[in-house]
Amino acid sequence: MNLLILIGAPLLTALAVLLSRNKQQVKWISLAGSAVQLALAFSLLIAFRQERMAGNNALMLFEQNYKLYESLNINFHFGVDGISVAMILLTSFVVIAGVLVSWNVEKMTKEFYFLLLLLGLGAYGFFISLDLFILFFFLEISVIPKYLLIGIWGSGKKEYSANKLALMLMGGSALILVGMLGIYFTTGYSFDIMTLSKENIPAATQNILFPLLFVGFGVFTALFPLHTWVPDGHSSAPTAGSMFLAGISMKLGGYGCLRVATYLLPEGAKEYANIIIVLSAIAILYGAFATMMQKDLKYINAYSSVSHVGFSLLGIGMLTQTAITGALMQMVSHGVMTALFFAVIGMVYDRTHTRMVADMGGLMKMMPFIATVFFIVGLCSLGLPGFSGFVAEMTVFMGSWQNDDAFHRIATIAAAMSIVVTAVYILRATGKTMMGPVVNEEHLQLGDAKWNEKLAAIILVAGIVAIGIAPGWLNDLLKPAAEEIMNRIAGK
Amino acid sequence: MKSELVLTGIIFLLLFIKIGKGMKNESLLSLIQLLLLLNFIFSFFFNKEGNLFGDMFYTTPLIAFQKSILNLGVYLISLLCSDWLKKTQHLPEFFLLMLSALLGMFLMISSGNLLIFYLSLELATIPVAAMANFDLERKRSSEGAMKMILSSAFSSGILLFGISLIYGSTGSISLPAISQLLNGSPLQILAFVFIFAAFAFKLSIVPFHLWTADVYEGSPIAVTSFLSVISKGAIAFIFITVLYKVFSPMLQIWYWMIVILAIATMVIGNLFALRQQNIKRFLAFSSIAQVGFILVGISNAYYLGIASVVYFVLIYVFSNLAAFGVAAVIAEKTGKENIDDYKGLYKTNPFLTWIMALALFSLAGIPPTAGFFGKLFLLTAGGAKAEYWFILVAALNMIISLYYYLRVVRAMFMDKNDNPVEPVKTSPVVKMALIICGGGIVLVGLLSWIFEYIKTLQY
Repeated sequence: MNLLILIGAPLLTALAVLLSRNKQQVKWISLAGSAVQLALAFSLLIAFRQERMAGNNALMLFEQNYKLYESLNINFHFGVDGISVAMILLTSFVVIAGVLVSWNVEKMTKEFYFLLLLLGLGAYGFFISLDLFILFFFLEISVIPKYLLIGIWGSGKKEYSANKLALMLMGGSALILVGMLGIYFTTGYSFDIMTLSKENIPAATQNILFPLLFVGFGVFTALFPLHTWVPDGHSSAPTAGSMFLAGISMKLGGYGCLRVATYLLPEGAKEYANIIIVLSAIAILYGAFATMMQKDLKYINAYSSVSHVGFSLLGIGMLTQTAITGALMQMVSHGVMTALFFAVIGMVYDRTHTRMVADMGGLMKMMPFIATVFFIVGLCSLGLPGFSGFVAEMTVFMGSWQNDDAFHRIATIAAAMSIVVTAVYILRATGKTMMGPVVNEEHLQLGDAKWNEKLAAIILVAGIVAIGIAPGWLNDLLKPAAEEIMNRIAGK
Repeated sequence: MKSELVLTGIIFLLLFIKIGKGMKNESLLSLIQLLLLLNFIFSFFFNKEGNLFGDMFYTTPLIAFQKSILNLGVYLISLLCSDWLKKTQHLPEFFLLMLSALLGMFLMISSGNLLIFYLSLELATIPVAAMANFDLERKRSSEGAMKMILSSAFSSGILLFGISLIYGSTGSISLPAISQLLNGSPLQILAFVFIFAAFAFKLSIVPFHLWTADVYEGSPIAVTSFLSVISKGAIAFIFITVLYKVFSPMLQIWYWMIVILAIATMVIGNLFALRQQNIKRFLAFSSIAQVGFILVGISNAYYLGIASVVYFVLIYVFSNLAAFGVAAVIAEKTGKENIDDYKGLYKTNPFLTWIMALALFSLAGIPPTAGFFGKLFLLTAGGAKAEYWFILVAALNMIISLYYYLRVVRAMFMDKNDNPVEPVKTSPVVKMALIICGGGIVLVGLLSWIFEYIKTLQY
């Protein structure tokens, strides 16, 4: 399969959107484009599995290499392994759902969809890049669309949030840039991940570069204490914007932490693993407790994202194969789940025009479909077996427990305790808004989900259930890749 | 010598037209634009290498390319500011001055001798000061011109002093010979410092930048864009040649000078840009910060240095001229020059807003614009000594600069305004120029052969 299609499809869709004449065209073109992307992601999955079944054990499949800046050794080098395939699948799910839930965006529709598709394009490009420079290029592409999406279509203190997000993410990028150039110069001018993965960079240099890269990517994935853009950004963004931010963009960071920082600089990873564990354990607990205090549904999900994403960083810090597999599963699972959560919150908000938990009640009566989805996603978030959250978090804990010293055990237990807290805030929010008496008389007039919202919800619910009930396929994808990273860490 | 001769030909033609008069401004402007376009196209052909006049003048493929970039910039300016130019009473004079300055820059880039260098530098400066005073009825314009002529006279004095010290200690004013004779004696270091300071004046490197903002604000936008793009670019070209070719034996000395000044320039330029209200002052300070980035690229004589600077200047021509072009259109039609006036611009002028946004993103170094590649290559060139902290400072400065570029973007896209700039009708010529700039901003980065081509050019 030619991976360039994955960039070409969203690019063509975005250009078509630019050229389209009215809002209706814009929407349908975007929907068609994102459906194509979904189909492409699935065919990539199938092709990838077939190759693996046929015994092709190459590290990266479908590799392509085009020279870009030859004298600087910068190449368009693409390729996918299991992790990339899973992430691409996640992206395509979120993109189509995001397009569907934005169906009634009336303000500057064309620009909205264009930026949305551009964000998706950045993510696809990022996940298939095997060249640090190109990877960085795609990472940065997504900053400005995020800024504009929040600033123009957002709500609340949107300018502040948009600025904060753009500047913090640029700060992360600056660190990544320095780390990336550091690798480039110490390895004899190479940006190529596959070449670099065979290099042995001196441990002293790794100890300098690892924090730069890990913290840089960490900003994107809400590494404590650099998570502060998350609550503001997510809550100010329009629904699709929040879905993309939490569902895809935060995963870019996690992927980078693993693929670039940990994989290329294993000595550095070992050196700093304990700090990562401490920080992510704090993020998990702090996020969970902070969520308990929130009154706004979007803030609830934003803070709980900080907590949930902490699990994937915790998994990376644990440096065992199971934990890393779990971390990756958590990324995929959280991506789908949080996108769904934001979608549902958006649907509720579109009807009630409030996001305050206290102002809602008994919505189940008026909108049974939305309420059901709300329950599903809530249960997934608190880790009920049968949904993706349980599988992922369980794998992380299993992997973490494999480290048999007191420090790792304590960190694991502390992180596991957050599940109780999660149950508290999820059940409270769900119970208050969906069940009980109707708080506001006007809410009795409200209707249930429309076809586009139903479709978006069904697609994402299918995602979390597919992971929850049959995690095997995801595990098959992620495990060999995690194994390769572990081999590199173990020095094999 | 060909580019200089062609340019001189155009200048004489303009002189005759001026004497003969009887041509309307509009047709004259179209004629000039055509001539400049031909001049730009012609600059790619029949370029010979070699020395003339006993090594006083020399040219190489890279120098020819640098001249093409400058030609392109002048052509774009003549298009972008055509609304304003049509209205001026002294159209031929304006171009006479501008092209004389350009001629001076060409000679300067090609000079192989300190005397020719000094002469051409003056030729490149004095007409610009006259141009800065072109809005005769505006006091600010005169003030800017006065500041400029004084500060450039001062810097010329310093330069001459440096040159005389160099001559005193080496006994030569021929650039290739000097580099053989340098031995790093204190007198030579002093001379180098003087010459360096003169360059710093022209490039508005902090702390020699104080004239910049006032001159930029006072001058008509056509002149401001010429100053910030063409002058800066030309000086950067000759600066890099002087450093790499002549003073290369003193690398150890100027490395730290440049590092410190680069940091100061980036930080101060950025911090001052944060609070500017007038779009011209804003772009003035942002261009100071950009020079800081150029210094980062120059800082260690890594083989990438020259190519990345030339490439960056090419991108800078497109991005900065696009920004100035939009500002010129709006200022010409409405007289508004403040960032606050741009609030809600997107509602009324989507095309101008997108071009402006593209230009600002390119200046900030955000992909997929070419500015991203330009900045990254500069940092790559500067990072070759593995001074990570230096690159980190530069990278952090990119964040500050993003903040103020986003301020304009935010004003245009997000802020509400009861009284926005009314829809401006751009003439086809201006629109074409803006589209060329926009296309350049998007394509120069993605078409990698442009950079590769610059890289192969011999300097």
